[in-house]
Amino acid sequence: MKTDKIRKATLHVNQNEGLIFEKSSPGKKAYSLPPLDVPEVDAARLLGPQARQDLGHMPEVSEIEIIRHFTRLSTWNYGVDTGMYPLGSCTMKYNPRVNEFVARLPELAEAHPYQPEKLSQGTLRIMQTLSDCLLEICGMDAVTLQPAAGAHGELTGILLVRAWLQSQGNPRKKILIPDSAHGTNPATAAIAGYEIEHLKSNALGMVDLDALRAQLNEDVAALMLTNPNTLGVFEGEINRIAGMLHEKGALLYMDGANMNALVGKTRPGDNGVDVMHLNLHKTFSTPHGGGGPGAGPVLCKKILEPFLPTPVIEIAGDGKFRLNYDRPQSIGRVRAFYGNFGMLVRALAYILANGPDGLRQTTEDAVLGANYLRKRLEGVYDLPYKTPSMHEVVFSDRLQAAKGVKTGDIGKRLIDYGFYAYTVSFPLIVHGAMMIEPTESESKEELDLFVEALRSIAEECEQTPELVTNAPHHTRISRLDEVTAARKPVLRWKPGEQARSAAE
Amino acid sequence: MRYLPKSPSDRAAMLQEIGVRSVADLFSQIPPTARLQRDLNLPPAKSEAEIVEWFRQRALENGNHYTVCLGAGAYHHYRPVIIDSLISRGEFFTAYTPYQPEISQGTLQAIFEFQTMICELTGMEVANASMYDGSTAATEAVLMARRITGRDGVVVARSVHPEYREVLRAYAKNQGVSIAECGFGQNGRVDPAAIGQAITGATACVLIQSPNFFGTVEDVEAMAEVVHKKGALLVVAVAEAVSLGALRPPVEADIVALEAQAFGVPLGYGGPYAGVVATKEKFVRQMPGRLVGETRDKQGRRGFVLTLATREQHIRREKATSNICTNQALIALMATVFMIVYGKEGLKELARHNLAKTAYAVERFRKAGATVLFEGAPRFNEFVVQTKADPYRINDRLLESHILGGFPVLKKFYPELGAGHFALWCCTELVSREAIDYAAETIRTTA
Repeated sequence: MKTDKIRKATLHVNQNEGLIFEKSSPGKKAYSLPPLDVPEVDAARLLGPQARQDLGHMPEVSEIEIIRHFTRLSTWNYGVDTGMYPLGSCTMKYNPRVNEFVARLPELAEAHPYQPEKLSQGTLRIMQTLSDCLLEICGMDAVTLQPAAGAHGELTGILLVRAWLQSQGNPRKKILIPDSAHGTNPATAAIAGYEIEHLKSNALGMVDLDALRAQLNEDVAALMLTNPNTLGVFEGEINRIAGMLHEKGALLYMDGANMNALVGKTRPGDNGVDVMHLNLHKTFSTPHGGGGPGAGPVLCKKILEPFLPTPVIEIAGDGKFRLNYDRPQSIGRVRAFYGNFGMLVRALAYILANGPDGLRQTTEDAVLGANYLRKRLEGVYDLPYKTPSMHEVVFSDRLQAAKGVKTGDIGKRLIDYGFYAYTVSFPLIVHGAMMIEPTESESKEELDLFVEALRSIAEECEQTPELVTNAPHHTRISRLDEVTAARKPVLRWKPGEQARSAAE
Repeated sequence: MRYLPKSPSDRAAMLQEIGVRSVADLFSQIPPTARLQRDLNLPPAKSEAEIVEWFRQRALENGNHYTVCLGAGAYHHYRPVIIDSLISRGEFFTAYTPYQPEISQGTLQAIFEFQTMICELTGMEVANASMYDGSTAATEAVLMARRITGRDGVVVARSVHPEYREVLRAYAKNQGVSIAECGFGQNGRVDPAAIGQAITGATACVLIQSPNFFGTVEDVEAMAEVVHKKGALLVVAVAEAVSLGALRPPVEADIVALEAQAFGVPLGYGGPYAGVVATKEKFVRQMPGRLVGETRDKQGRRGFVLTLATREQHIRREKATSNICTNQALIALMATVFMIVYGKEGLKELARHNLAKTAYAVERFRKAGATVLFEGAPRFNEFVVQTKADPYRINDRLLESHILGGFPVLKKFYPELGAGHFALWCCTELVSREAIDYAAETIRTTA
């Protein structure tokens, strides 16, 4: 195997580990309960027919085995802590450790959501302070911190639009969505009860104003616009787009997934955006956690404020914070309690650590990194849209596809070089898309290693394409049979089905 | 800025390579009129020490170290310390959704173990990788039932958590889903006969919660019989996961919507938590959310992948089963570690401790002159207490001794309880006998 060109990573011994159920043995235990200080009860007598007989195949293991189990599993993963994670549109930036520390302060981490407001002044002040910061960053008037993730925020935002239109007598029928949008946008609009109408991008990869004009009518409730869009291109006509929508009585929704390109440089609220969500797990450094939890606050203009989910935080006459549930025009609530509070703590810690200067520098470094990669890789990989890039750059596999190598293969080969893959085959308007977002968190050295890796892979595509199409080679397992996984789903372990371990 | 790894000379070299004079040139596509021409009006950057201090001050403004007798959808259980040790491994918490399985096997295998244990505990055949929380899981379960049956109605027990019902209303409103509510009887349970009457030919499903909002255990078996006879599906929400250690699993349900917070997830002022949707194998293709499946690599070695993605928004877009993109992987990992730490015997013992504390508290409160509602049906670790005094007054007195009394807002959600003062109490394994005795005495002596 050809490894001489791989500078960033070296193979090392990797522990094998079965499923936890395969280590289980009756009598082993990892828990200890204090002696019961009240009389014992007979569960069977107390619960009658509702009593449980046994807990099936739940495992029985010791504490050290659990520690080793998950430590071993963790080493099979790749995280931002391991190295550059160029997953476009996901903003895989550094997750500061102080965020974790403050989120675990016991008075915050152990606060019950229904504890009295007088015991919750600290948690409420944190939420209020974060709200104030986010409103300033986005140039908006009102905010809800309730949505648990970006897609959840989208739904909340579109429900606000719908409620506002409804209050004027007609919720309208359609949401316009550019063809470059994330899949969550159309899925969200459908859940909010709207038809979806796709809007074609122009040759620059931006909203086509003529197409927008042609499709815009009294049936349109809103346009969902990602800015910068998924090509990493800033929609420079955003003010005009907003104006066109407003003229027809429609609103502009901004998907803030790519806000890492804008903080401190431009504010959506100043540019006609009526409602938007942020992904705190992208722009504001809360950890992605292997796929969540996130947090998706929604910010809006004054006209939408009466419809925000309940409760909202208010400052009472005595300067104390309180939760106001009395909001007759509210859309209701989109989840129990107040949101992913722990993520809100982390996001605020990040904003406080940066201040206005740090946030602006962060944005600049993110855009600088993407443009540096673009410059150094242009020509080696096809750049379908020449429009200037903001925080991410989208190449395509057109040059490599001639040798039978696809974007997914190149992504897999990057793994051998010690990187995670970029976002593969998205956005859909680019055939064979390679969507790269370095974020501000990469040093020049790491970026140079990434360039070197992608250049080397491009050479391999010419000389030994099968090396790339069969990648990765250095991982503990090779490509998995996803077709069989979907055709005959095995979604849980069952006893007796003696699976061969990874070691065999 | 301490999080940024580029030196001034790195930046200069990069700008030179790009071929622009200054970083401002990189933002030239933002029209001048759209640019922010000033600094953001935010507090100046703080050092790490200042950040810690700022949040410590906020922590001091909050309550600290209370005995928690509040439940109502968020449960205070002991969290074994190894949960945080393990989820703090950077490879877990700084990873993303496992799109590249070859270097995401840690997350994928952990989710597979999570799905397996949720199936074991709920009696369902498949479970997803998690949802935002119990309220959205219950809502998504109802929408799933609608897709399966092609019917638009849902009958919801009023003993389902009030906030879960609010979430369902917000989601359902614009999808043509009609919601009918069904009340509870003298024993705190929904009456299967009343449910039977509420079901029409247009009913997709019945949503109940067990233990319900009052802590009363519903008769899932009897309910399922009635619901299935009428051709509808039964969705059972479980807000207090620890109850599964003592209670017969809701095997007759078609879909279970679980809130996993009780499994080692901090109260955290309401989130992040993790919901789960579990169901029968035959309904798997209508499930929302991520699913992890077992498969083999080219050499025949076992491995795990995200699977059945054709249900999801990134493939199906507006025709997806849900708009959900993420799950709550790290929270699900907390729950996974918790379930393994307690395991087959520990979960039973833990649940029994909750039963014992609650049985003791019920007895003590009664002796103190309070009425405990809903006799004739078993309860897990919550119960509704009627007192002569206003529960807010009782709770104020208890706070002086660092006890958080029962949830006093019950009447707002349940006017049908009628005249009198009511509160919903919860006694987990962390509530001491001493605290229970003290609370009982406070109830007795509060006018």
